[in-house]
Amino acid sequence: MRYSAFKIFTQGLTGNKGWKPVWREPEPKPEYDIVIVGGGGHGLSTAYYLAKEYGLRNIAVVEKGWIGSGNVGRNTTIIRSNYLLPGNQPFYELSMKLWENLEQDFNYNAMVSQRSILNLYHSDAQRDAFVRRANGMILSGADAEIAGADQLRAELPFLDYDNARFPIKGGLFQRRGGTVRHDAVAWGYARGADSRGVDILQNCEVTGFDIENGVCRGVETSSGAIRARKVAVCVAGSSGRVMAQAGMRLPIETHVLQAFVTEGLKPVLPGVITFGAGHFYVSQSDKGGLVFGGDIDGYNSYAQRGNLPVVEDVAEGGMAIMPMIGRARLLRSWGGVMDMSMDGSPFIDKTHIDGLYFNGGWCYGGFKATPASGYCYAHLLAKDVPHPVATEMRLDRFQTGHMIDEKGQGNQPNLH
Amino acid sequence: MIINHPLLGPRDAAEFVYLGDACLIDRPDWQAEDAAGKFHEYGYLRDNPAGLHQELWYHEQGDRSWLVVTRDTLTHAISKVELARDVARARGRGS
Repeated sequence: MRYSAFKIFTQGLTGNKGWKPVWREPEPKPEYDIVIVGGGGHGLSTAYYLAKEYGLRNIAVVEKGWIGSGNVGRNTTIIRSNYLLPGNQPFYELSMKLWENLEQDFNYNAMVSQRSILNLYHSDAQRDAFVRRANGMILSGADAEIAGADQLRAELPFLDYDNARFPIKGGLFQRRGGTVRHDAVAWGYARGADSRGVDILQNCEVTGFDIENGVCRGVETSSGAIRARKVAVCVAGSSGRVMAQAGMRLPIETHVLQAFVTEGLKPVLPGVITFGAGHFYVSQSDKGGLVFGGDIDGYNSYAQRGNLPVVEDVAEGGMAIMPMIGRARLLRSWGGVMDMSMDGSPFIDKTHIDGLYFNGGWCYGGFKATPASGYCYAHLLAKDVPHPVATEMRLDRFQTGHMIDEKGQGNQPNLH
Repeated sequence: MIINHPLLGPRDAAEFVYLGDACLIDRPDWQAEDAAGKFHEYGYLRDNPAGLHQELWYHEQGDRSWLVVTRDTLTHAISKVELARDVARARGRGS
């Protein structure tokens, strides 16, 4: 069924009795060309682009829970392409371009809202670094704009410009950045993949890999063995424990990141604001809640919940830069677990095991990458060579010395 | 989280800085034939278990000792806290 305003109108006149389930609930077949492990945003977008761009239909997505129950449903919904390094920025700009056309492409309302993202700076040195980053962004075809304090005062009068520790001197805008309705991204990709013949197998947990003589021939699951020519793992957050079943150790630690939302308010924030120096970022959802967060907790965790010191740190950051947030009441807080890689950048690569592919290490930035991650992973799976914008996202880059370290922190995952 | 420091008793985890897996105590031999490979594994690869994890915490806002904390990464429950010095010596490091 194709969705349109006309469809809503005619369904409204006929009691809304014609809507159908958005995807099937098929039984697993004994064999597929490609099995994608992980029914999150990246796994579903991989299946979608494999079917749509590369014409591969004999595909299963296996998910241990329900689709979208992991990080695609737990993030703070921000999209942006404001990276610096050539190994990253063209990839994220491809993602931004895919976001811009996503709803028309998969005929689903994902509420893509390019309401802008602003990174604040507080010193001359930080301004210089941001100008350099802005130039890097523009070189990749993205948009970037440096705004001085006077312009920000006019646009965002509620920030604390004269903060004693971090006075606001200006900021780096990416006007095309913004937010997206995260659950709808999973649902839209699932619908698009399912309608092209992809089997989405929910409540089907991978319990092992069928590896013989260095070749992966399928997966063991809670619903029985499934054979496959290629197995594509895409389970960021749980990469460590899933790949351990294939005997692999990864350049990744799993950490927990918390997020927060207030009660619904009238519109107060026009876009996304990040206060990196104070470990705080915030946007306002379409329902009106202020959605905000800060740094990861900083220790290995698979618990999907964090601790109070970081709650305090984030609240202090918010009060420091945007004192009016103190008048809002916190409604909910939650945690998600993420693959923190050794250089802060992701992996889309083959493994040393034939037929086994790996996508992960997205740190706290996986949501914005969802379309390009699926697009590039599909390219790798279909053609066995990396997509041109993902050639540096290799698993062996620490061995060869080709790290993509945006922050220059070295191999300390909790500092990225 | 409360870390039960072997010398100072129970302390808030916020007083500590986290480094990572306690395998970092076992620095490879730089003169070995396979040193390059071993240092790649040492520097970059991790077991990253979902469950019991031995890890290094530094008591920065306390006595500045390094601790090896055994903690469950699924529940955050801490089952054992040792001085890193004692662990390193038990593994044959130092003298």
